[in-house]
Amino acid sequence: MNGNKPLKLRRTMLFCPGNNPGMMSNAYIYGADSIMFDLEDSVSMKEKDSARNLVYQALKTIDYSPCELVVRVNSLSSEYGKADIEAMVAGRVDVIRLPKTECAQDIKDTEAEITKAEKKYNIPLGSTKMMAAIEGALGIVNAYEIATASKRLVAIALGAEDYCANIKTTRSPEGSELFLARATIVVAARAAGIDCIDTVYSDIYNEEQLIKEAQAIKQLGFDGKSVINPRQIEPIHKVFTPTQKEIDKALKIKKALEDAEKRGSGVVSLNGKMVDKPVMLRALRCIEMAKASGAYFEEKEE
Amino acid sequence: MNLQQTGIAGTLESGDVMIEVAPSVKGISIDLESTVKTQFGKYIEKVVLQTCKEFNLENVDVKLQDKGALDCTIKARMITAIQRAGGGKYEWK
Amino acid sequence: MEKYLNKYLKETGKHHYVPFENPRLVVKDRTTLLEKQRGNDKIVDSIETAVKLSGLESGMTISFHHHFRSGDRIVNMVLDVLERMGFKDLRLASSSLSSVHSPVIDHIKSGLITRIETSGLRGDLAEAVSHGIMENPVIFRSHGSRANAIAEGKLKIDVAFLGAPSCDPFGNANGYTRDGVGKSMCGSMGYARIDAQYAKYVIVITDNIVSYPNVPFGISQRYVNNIVVVDSIGDPDKIMSGATRFTKKPQDLLIAQRAAHVIVNSPYFYNGFSVQTGSGGASLAVIRFLAEDMRKNNIKASFALGGITGQIVELYEEGLIKKILDVQSFDLTAANSLKNNHLHQQIDADYYADPYKKGTAANMLDVVVLSALEVDVDFNVNVLTGSDGVIMGAIGGHPDTAAGSALSIIVCPLLRGRIPSILKRVNTIVTPGSTVDVVVTDQGIAVNPTREDLIKCLTENHIPLVDIEDLQKKAESIVGRPEKLPFGNKVVGEVTYRDGSIIDVIRNIEE
Repeated sequence: MNGNKPLKLRRTMLFCPGNNPGMMSNAYIYGADSIMFDLEDSVSMKEKDSARNLVYQALKTIDYSPCELVVRVNSLSSEYGKADIEAMVAGRVDVIRLPKTECAQDIKDTEAEITKAEKKYNIPLGSTKMMAAIEGALGIVNAYEIATASKRLVAIALGAEDYCANIKTTRSPEGSELFLARATIVVAARAAGIDCIDTVYSDIYNEEQLIKEAQAIKQLGFDGKSVINPRQIEPIHKVFTPTQKEIDKALKIKKALEDAEKRGSGVVSLNGKMVDKPVMLRALRCIEMAKASGAYFEEKEE
Repeated sequence: MNLQQTGIAGTLESGDVMIEVAPSVKGISIDLESTVKTQFGKYIEKVVLQTCKEFNLENVDVKLQDKGALDCTIKARMITAIQRAGGGKYEWK
Repeated sequence: MEKYLNKYLKETGKHHYVPFENPRLVVKDRTTLLEKQRGNDKIVDSIETAVKLSGLESGMTISFHHHFRSGDRIVNMVLDVLERMGFKDLRLASSSLSSVHSPVIDHIKSGLITRIETSGLRGDLAEAVSHGIMENPVIFRSHGSRANAIAEGKLKIDVAFLGAPSCDPFGNANGYTRDGVGKSMCGSMGYARIDAQYAKYVIVITDNIVSYPNVPFGISQRYVNNIVVVDSIGDPDKIMSGATRFTKKPQDLLIAQRAAHVIVNSPYFYNGFSVQTGSGGASLAVIRFLAEDMRKNNIKASFALGGITGQIVELYEEGLIKKILDVQSFDLTAANSLKNNHLHQQIDADYYADPYKKGTAANMLDVVVLSALEVDVDFNVNVLTGSDGVIMGAIGGHPDTAAGSALSIIVCPLLRGRIPSILKRVNTIVTPGSTVDVVVTDQGIAVNPTREDLIKCLTENHIPLVDIEDLQKKAESIVGRPEKLPFGNKVVGEVTYRDGSIIDVIRNIEE
């Protein structure tokens, strides 16, 4: 049961334009699981150099813990991508997010640049992770090969605006046009053993619809959602918080697991029924999520 | 190392600083306008001088309009302004 | 009958009623009520006339209220008249002064005003005082302290000039009108009432004469000597806006939510609790989050106190707050509610915050949420001077409610841009740390170590707490250590505590 990767929650990823020092200076106060500084679409071409320097200095100076730090770089096909990657790796960012990923080669090319930079700046190879945003039809078709293209990949994400434009339709509240993309990303991520993150919901004052969408994508299997305003963080965390019923059940399973380990048995049983590994994993993950969201506090053993 | 032209970076938004660097012939001069000049003027000037040093810039007129930017923002804006003025490449560390 | 009357009068020596001895009492005024009002001589034709009647002399004390906020025209109007009339050396004892009162600078330079007592100063006037234009230091008082000083005769007001949105010919004045529309509205006249009661001479200045009786009244006729009618007492839009909006700033909302969480997990969130919030920003937004928990747990507040905004009124109308005690109304919703809602009551500054009287409303608070410019590691709070040492705020009811409440919560961001709010030492102590229980910032919550009861119950409810020293260190590590300010040697402000004792002084700032 041990030796699994440590659980990293990615319920919310707070989007923060890389050219806004005011927002960047305290993005960590809102409790998002990850913060994504953007050097790409939210930064005008005239200011790409500015944003790169701002994010680099911020990474080097400001303490963002416990948030995971992600930077969306410009794609390598642009004139900014290479410099972005080098600067962000030097800045010790946790994750580099690649926009508009279409195929495994995109990942491999980016990885090559990352590795080069890690070598140049004496950073342990492999410590910079990657995230791939899929924003078009081809990317969906290649989702699994993208998700498995590098050991650095920790998640794949959906960028719905560009995707909808690419498949020549518009966005709707029910999101039927995104169904295949969402399902594909979840499946590809799970097959590859990495996380999957859903797209932003842009109407920041419509909390009701945000919650509906978060519930729907949670049911689809997503690990979390990108957010563009801090007020979206708490409602989404609430959706991803296990209910008391789920927590109680998970605790029972965990206890059964511990009892089995004490007995030295490989078989875990609860109420006379055997507990399968996936059920156990789900229960442990449920407890981790409950702890992280403040719904459960591990009482000290008497 | 000397600048080839003027370079401007930054905005007048809260938490930001607008910096203009221009070639000069007489050393480094700093014209600082800041909402927190009394309290943090010393830190701001230190960052400016340090950045000039990193670019081997000995002759430059620096004009800052600061709206309470943190040191890391001032440094970033300085680097961008200098680069835009042809001051050379900044070495990542 | 007459035999017994005469005998009784002889025995007691008491005075016999003589017809027409006192004509005023028996001769009937056969005019109608309407005619009586028109003929009344309390109304005079100008401020100048009223001043002449008041017996005001140079060296005396004049007072004003600040219910018109930045829309006030009264102070400037009256001072212009007094300047023209040649007065000198007056003490200006307004309940507060704002940025619209910058003309007072000229009156200081001319020698008309040589002393000021106020709750606060803002704008150009505040800056000028900070740069040392006055010979005598300005005396800053809390609302409770001012009320007490006036009532006890420590601050004697010779003439009070009280602006009122409506007034009848005999002096019953109100912060709203029930006759027609009226030009402006301010709601509660809580600060004016105390001046009206104790000043030697009271002049009401209004732009709206209504018919007798202007009941219920904010100021009773029995206190009013003269009434002057002017074109406009103030700018209605600046006196009062339509409705206060909750802040949308995510940082303020975060702080407000955390503060509400502290309240809910304290012993002071129970059916019948009493509360005062601020009038804007995070300190007002707290009530929005608190209301959610009140609904969920079916908890109602017995009363809300203070500066009242539309948000409080909405909760009152929803039934979550039983009564409102209003010493100052901040928006039209609040003013209209004062006018129309039975249990929304106007209280004067004395009832609100007198430090010594039993039943003072501020002493009946379970919870107060206050903002701050600066807090130090001893929990002292500064609401008067900015990070540059210049005067820019008002004491208000801060120390009164902090001391009077069972739980006082300060809400402020750790940093405002590059300016730290948590410091080793505040520039000016206004509210002493011993009365401040919890500080809620966007980057941590600190509880005063003397409140072990709160530390225990908040920790048990899994609310993460930090040391206030750690907050201060964090702030410093992000922005750096601010330079010492260029204070001079002149004391330009005396900061008094609730009892009038001096808790701190403000020195001039060199330009």
